Amino acid sequence: MARTDALQGSLDLLVLKILSRRPRLHGYAIMAAIASTSGEVLRAEEGSLYPALYRMEEAGWIRAEWMKKDTGRRARIYELTASGKKQLGAEESRWQAVSLAINRVLKEA
Amino acid sequence: MSLWSRISNSLRGERLNRELDEEFEAHIEEAIAAGRDPEEARQAFGSALRAREASHTVRVSKRLEELVQDTRFGARLLIKNAGFTAVVVLTLALGIGVNTVIFSVVNGVLLNPLPFPHPDQLVTLHESKPNFATGSISYPNFLDWRKNNHTFAAMGLARSYGFSMTGHGDAAQLSAEFLSDGYFAVFGVRPLLGREFTPADETPGASPVAMISENLWRNRFDGAPNVLGKTIILDGKGFTIVGVIPASLKLQLWSFQVSDVYAPIPQWSNSNLMLRGAGLAFHGIGRLKPGVTIEQARADMERLTGNLAAAYPDDDRDIGASMASMKEEMVGSTRGFLFILLGAVGFVLLIACVNVASLLLARASTRGREFAVRAALGASRGRVIRQLLTESLLLGIAAGAIGLLAAAFGLKAAIHALPAALPRADEIGLDFRVLAFTFLISVATGILFGLIPAWSVAKANYQTALKQGGRGVTGANQRTLSAFVVVEIAMALVLLTGAGLMVRSLVRLWDVDPGFSAHNVETFSISMPPAMANATPQMIRAKHLALNEALAEVPGVTAVSQTWGAVPMAAEDDQWFWIDGQPKPRTNNDMSGVIDYIVDPDYLRVMQIPLKRGRFLSQHDDEHAPLVVVVDEVFANKYFPGQDPIGKRIDLNNFDGKPAEIVGVVGHVKQWGLDTDDSQQLRAQYYLACMQTSDDFLLSARSGSSFVVRYDRNLAPVISGLRSTVRHMSNEQVLFGEQAIENIVADSMASRRFAMILLGGFAALALLLACVGIYGVMAYLVSQRIQEVGIRMAFGARRSDVLLLVFKGGVRLAAVGMAIGVVGAIGLTRLMGQLLFNVSPIDPIVIAAVCVLLMLVALAACFAPARRAASIEPMRALRTE
Repeated sequence: MARTDALQGSLDLLVLKILSRRPRLHGYAIMAAIASTSGEVLRAEEGSLYPALYRMEEAGWIRAEWMKKDTGRRARIYELTASGKKQLGAEESRWQAVSLAINRVLKEA
Repeated sequence: MSLWSRISNSLRGERLNRELDEEFEAHIEEAIAAGRDPEEARQAFGSALRAREASHTVRVSKRLEELVQDTRFGARLLIKNAGFTAVVVLTLALGIGVNTVIFSVVNGVLLNPLPFPHPDQLVTLHESKPNFATGSISYPNFLDWRKNNHTFAAMGLARSYGFSMTGHGDAAQLSAEFLSDGYFAVFGVRPLLGREFTPADETPGASPVAMISENLWRNRFDGAPNVLGKTIILDGKGFTIVGVIPASLKLQLWSFQVSDVYAPIPQWSNSNLMLRGAGLAFHGIGRLKPGVTIEQARADMERLTGNLAAAYPDDDRDIGASMASMKEEMVGSTRGFLFILLGAVGFVLLIACVNVASLLLARASTRGREFAVRAALGASRGRVIRQLLTESLLLGIAAGAIGLLAAAFGLKAAIHALPAALPRADEIGLDFRVLAFTFLISVATGILFGLIPAWSVAKANYQTALKQGGRGVTGANQRTLSAFVVVEIAMALVLLTGAGLMVRSLVRLWDVDPGFSAHNVETFSISMPPAMANATPQMIRAKHLALNEALAEVPGVTAVSQTWGAVPMAAEDDQWFWIDGQPKPRTNNDMSGVIDYIVDPDYLRVMQIPLKRGRFLSQHDDEHAPLVVVVDEVFANKYFPGQDPIGKRIDLNNFDGKPAEIVGVVGHVKQWGLDTDDSQQLRAQYYLACMQTSDDFLLSARSGSSFVVRYDRNLAPVISGLRSTVRHMSNEQVLFGEQAIENIVADSMASRRFAMILLGGFAALALLLACVGIYGVMAYLVSQRIQEVGIRMAFGARRSDVLLLVFKGGVRLAAVGMAIGVVGAIGLTRLMGQLLFNVSPIDPIVIAAVCVLLMLVALAACFAPARRAASIEPMRALRTE
């Protein structure tokens, strides 16, 4: 639970970043990508990932469509929109600023 | 996600959940494929349901979903309380229905543009003269206007006429208009077949051509396409048909009537046609050039008429051009009347709203426990208000749908009942704007009557409500309900006052003496056979006397007279004269004007106009006898004040200044209508014998003549007797245009009578609604006070005291409402000024009568609740606690 909370606020950033590198992923693949690229340190819980995806879809940062998989099951795949790219830029610079500030505080201490 | 997808997501909640499940399942499948333990992968979702809830909330608009819930809940509740719902919906549907009908009329008549291309460019044209703001245009002046203006794309001129048609079956009388060339093109209307008149048709001496109406074409020419080039015999002369005018032509101007046939102006055999100073009832229309304003056109015409006045001072001095937007001239006079009606139905709807609001409030009070429980379970106040508002919106929209349906049916009946004088009645219908209006007022009513109860519920103290076990009405609600009664009474009083003022105006109008007796008098015209077209004056006089003699023989006819000049309240004719002995004034404008009636000796007996002095015209006043006139009292007092006019002489302009001796004085006839005659400029009247008119004038009567007859009992046999007599004399002459003088008088009051009936109807509706409202509120208040009454009675109050208690409550509310209503009525009935006649908008008798009526209604509405209160058994009432 603690890990998820730590992720809160940056989950959007992670999802957007991953989708900017590899478009057209489904929910599980996004989750797996977050885990693997963070060296298994960060993990997005299903319970927070999907609401976050829908929220971002509503905000217009990502769009979704149904795609038929080989198994016959449909999967919902996501990709970045133009406004999502803009949002990613904004979130990234905000993150840089915040982490820089936090590092400074830690060094002072 | 677009707004639309959110809305549709809300409406298809189930499907959305399935889609979410599908996505989660796909996720778990991937996880298992990636080597995760199936059990663990499933558990990772925690409760799938919880994940779904969280996702679901994001994907639908929460508000919308609540709205759907509220709507479903509200609809269930309303269906469960079918009786309550029916009362509310029908009350509102009544209000919305009448509003829709009246708005359709306003929309069709006032708001919609005229059904012609670029209707804003269309204007009507008249000559402004010292006596008439909208006088007729002489043909020579029109020709100069048309040729020399810079601001009009086109101009047209028209004058009504009646042709008798022979040679196509029975002889028939046709309505007709003499037109300038390109008249219909001014409107952008094209003939169905053939062409309009060209400038060549309008040159004097051109061969006669005519356009006919689509109806005449279908009825008399079987709709044959080869009708063009055929000949139609009008007044004995052959006209070549060049065009057919579509029946869809919608044009309601007082100066132009959609007719059976149209002929070029020069085909009118009137020797005065080319006189510049002649007033021959021609009126014009025009289309402004694109971009030209009416003010620019006025300036242009001012320059033009100024030039004409300088060139023809005798005829055109003081003659200007007056113009108005065509739509304004068609409908402008109805604006006030229609807006008053719209205001009246607005009040009816408001009263209906108040009624429903008080019903809802009373119900909401008893639902107090329900809301308290909801609040206890975590519903916010906003949520409760939204739920109540949703319910009332549902009611409003249901009522709107029913009201619209009723209006669609009612509108047909309403248009039928409209006074014939209402322009554009055939353009009234339910269009998009009406539908939008109905939808808007439905929603507005829903919010209006829902808001107050919702607010009062929301601010109620839930804890008290729970403690009280959901019973009992709060003091605030009692005050609100009382305020509703006050508002209803006030609005009903305003409406009743309006209706009362109309009734009193009409009574006053009926009391006005028109100066003649319209009862049992019929007027009609007879067209002469075409053979009369070349008759000499002597033959016309002989024919005239023969007709009078033959018609007087018809059983039931007691007196007959022809009328060649004015007909009371129906047709005007005016002439000029000067007092004998004075030099002849240089121009018509310097002479004295008079309304002339050219009649036979029996005219006085037919119309029963009182003879005041001297004698009326007799059969001895013929072409051989000296010229005599009989004048009315207005004439006598104006031109011979304080003198005996008998024996005085006046010189008649249309007799080349021949002097006529005044031999009698008769009562004044209200030629201009019961209401407006007193305020007219031209009121003096004189009577001339038909037999004494000039030969020139006689010749113009060759085509036909108008009659008035008095009959003694039944009209129907008299009319058929007159018809057979006329046909017996010649099968080429036609009796037409018969009309009861009584109807002419009644028609002059038609729009006022219509206003009275409608306002009366709306006021009655308002009274009924208010009565129901008072009853409902009083009954409710009594039911809430049963225990109080029980205690009072236990302490010794008598039943009469209880009765009085309830009545006092009702009367107090009614009195407050009436006081406010009187103030409102004084403010609002002012707007009715133009509809009223000889009644002040704040007529104390009307206001007093309305107050008494309302008080009686209020007492009647309190009666049943009061009796119920008085019949309370104190012991039982107390035990119910």
